[in-house]
Amino acid sequence: MHIPDGFLATPVWAATDVIALPAVAYTARRAQRAFDEARVPLLGVLGAFVFAAQMINFPVGPGTTGHLVGGALLSFTLGPAAASVVMTAILSIQALVFQDGGVLALGANTINMALLGVLAGYLPFALWGGGRFRRLAIFAGGTLSVLVSALAALSELLVSGVKMPLPVLGLSLALFLVSAVLEGAITLAIMEALARIQPGAARAEREFARPGWPRALAMVSLAALVLASVGVLLASAAPDGLERLGEQIGINSKVRTLIHTPLSNYRAAFLHSDALGKAAAGLAGVALVYCACLVVGRMVARSRSL
Amino acid sequence: MRHVVLDRWSRGASAVHRRDPRAKIVPLLALLIAVATADRAVPLLAFELVFVLSAGLWWAGVPVLDALARAALVLPFAASFAAIAWLGGDPARGLSLALKSYVSALAVLFVVSTTPLPALLGGLGAMGAPRFLLEVAQFLYRYLFLLSEEAQRMAGAAAARNASLRSWRGSGERFRAAAGALAVLFARSYTRAADIHRAMLARGFEGRLPTLSSGRFNVADGVFAAISSVLPWALRLVAAGSRQGIS
Amino acid sequence: MTSVIEVRGLHYRYDDGTTALNGVDFRLEVGESVALMGPNGSGKTTFVLHLNGLLTGEGKVEVCGLTLEKKHLAAIRRKVGMVFQNSDEQLFMPTVIEDVAFGLRNAGTDPEAAATRARMALEAAGMPPAAASRAPYHLSAGEKKRVAIAGVLAMDPEILVLDEPTTFLDPPAQRSLAAWLAQLPQAKLIVTHNIRFAAAICNRAVFFQEGRIAAEGPVLEVAERFDWDFTPD
Repeated sequence: MHIPDGFLATPVWAATDVIALPAVAYTARRAQRAFDEARVPLLGVLGAFVFAAQMINFPVGPGTTGHLVGGALLSFTLGPAAASVVMTAILSIQALVFQDGGVLALGANTINMALLGVLAGYLPFALWGGGRFRRLAIFAGGTLSVLVSALAALSELLVSGVKMPLPVLGLSLALFLVSAVLEGAITLAIMEALARIQPGAARAEREFARPGWPRALAMVSLAALVLASVGVLLASAAPDGLERLGEQIGINSKVRTLIHTPLSNYRAAFLHSDALGKAAAGLAGVALVYCACLVVGRMVARSRSL
Repeated sequence: MRHVVLDRWSRGASAVHRRDPRAKIVPLLALLIAVATADRAVPLLAFELVFVLSAGLWWAGVPVLDALARAALVLPFAASFAAIAWLGGDPARGLSLALKSYVSALAVLFVVSTTPLPALLGGLGAMGAPRFLLEVAQFLYRYLFLLSEEAQRMAGAAAARNASLRSWRGSGERFRAAAGALAVLFARSYTRAADIHRAMLARGFEGRLPTLSSGRFNVADGVFAAISSVLPWALRLVAAGSRQGIS
Repeated sequence: MTSVIEVRGLHYRYDDGTTALNGVDFRLEVGESVALMGPNGSGKTTFVLHLNGLLTGEGKVEVCGLTLEKKHLAAIRRKVGMVFQNSDEQLFMPTVIEDVAFGLRNAGTDPEAAATRARMALEAAGMPPAAASRAPYHLSAGEKKRVAIAGVLAMDPEILVLDEPTTFLDPPAQRSLAAWLAQLPQAKLIVTHNIRFAAAICNRAVFFQEGRIAAEGPVLEVAERFDWDFTPD
């Protein structure tokens, strides 16, 4: 779900851009260390592959089709850091050349799809890809990567005050769920086909985490990632919960004096309470989740010597 | 294909095309921020900016109507949310949403249709973006056309074979066929990348790609950047001011 | 020493154990043009990949008097200009001029000097100046081949190796390529199935069979001997 410009509130796009910049620099450095410039053609060509793959329609039933998003697939074959870099490159080209997603919104879209989504896709595979539940892990990875990205995007929109009555929200969630499941199915189908023509494309089974505390942390972070994204969504949608949270943290009154006019527009019908408290709390949630995943992802990656 | 058209537009030779990419990136950000943070007289501001951008496109020799139509690609997404706001009793906000999306997309299109993408990436590199990421984007863009064509050919071949399978039962097979086609394309990407790497080694590649092209920033660039960065904000003041004058 | 390439007893085995080269002896003299012919899988391409160290097998390989070892690789790769079969994999830079300048930049030439020499190479390749800023994607197959060769000629090599250069080219493009290659002074090694193309440029041919050179001689004689031309009965 690529968010265009004009939808996100100033604190939201500004904060996501500020978070995304060092995050992208960090993943680029990590990927470079693991892959070095000799592999740039591979990452570029795989990025072009994902683009091209998004044009191939998968029949979901008579008359309906879906397509691959690709974050999970990339993370299984390249590892999360390189997959993040490729997804960031894809999102940038999509925003610039195809007007698919905004430029100021690139921070948010990158966090949603290139960071959170890739990590949510990779963790199930890292945890269970080496055992009996490999196929389920692949499917779960595909599903979760799209689901978490979509939920994060939805939260950002709601926190920005985009009006979404409950039926519309419900419909959006249903659609996200369907596309998430579709991604899981397509990713699994491709991985199985790949195993037949090029065994060893995905990380070897012996590379997976042995039982121990990195594994436990990985599981906790995965659970946190999913629950937090759902939680932030619910909090963003519920007018009072966040406000109370904001009051308790004491953010409301202080922040109110700092930024005024741009947000007054968002105090419209849907969110009758102060949007800033919501914005701050919602973003704090997203930021927390992100930091947790970053730390855990680092540990998981280190235990796997990516 | 859409990106082919844009690629052609971006290789023009107008005064705008000749500006350093950085002289276009900075004003773009200034405009996007001006639009994103605007809360008064948005329709008037949007009208002013569309007019100015269209004039700029015309000056650059880019087909204006085609560009305006292309920017409208953002509208379906924006329009659905705008409609919801309208139905919810806040039409002004809905309209504002749609207009902001459109103007932002048009501004991005203006920059990308007057700057070849590799040059744009070079400009971003000169402004501090991570080199590794830009190099990946550069290769991605280079092979985008090729792989899209291949994917379409495969999709066409698959469709030709499965044209008769329209029922539910056929869905499963077509699903697997599509997955198989993508797996082949994926595997081929590895061999293709290996061949590219081989060609790089044959011409002396030793681990570091030559720096991405970035031109020299001159006075004309500075003047262009300064005027273009201030313009959206000036227009915002004008729009807000005339709004107050009217009411 | 007048030979630019000297190969003695070259053996090479793939990872899975199959023998690709089974003791190849070969010599290329200064300015000579030789065609490499033979069935697919006979080792022609594997052989040429050894000439600039992309593959390393057992046996002696000397290029312009330099043995094939790590410290000589950079110099050898400047002397051997290799043009691969698929131009799309060879032209990987965003614009023509950047691609032609790639080798020069890797050798340490500064951007401006590299651009100048690249432009000269493009001109020598018969490409119009406007082609410099074009994307490789937009070129025809024949133009891509010319640019690929320009990219290699820009390095001032002593030897040109071309792997099946006429693939993807229509007859007029093949003809003009043959005419151009024939008057280039470098020593040339051309892997090809196209007898007439080979005959137009090369004075000698070697025939590969199962990883070794089975015969050599003038192009048309070798072709006749192995019935290597497609003429309907």
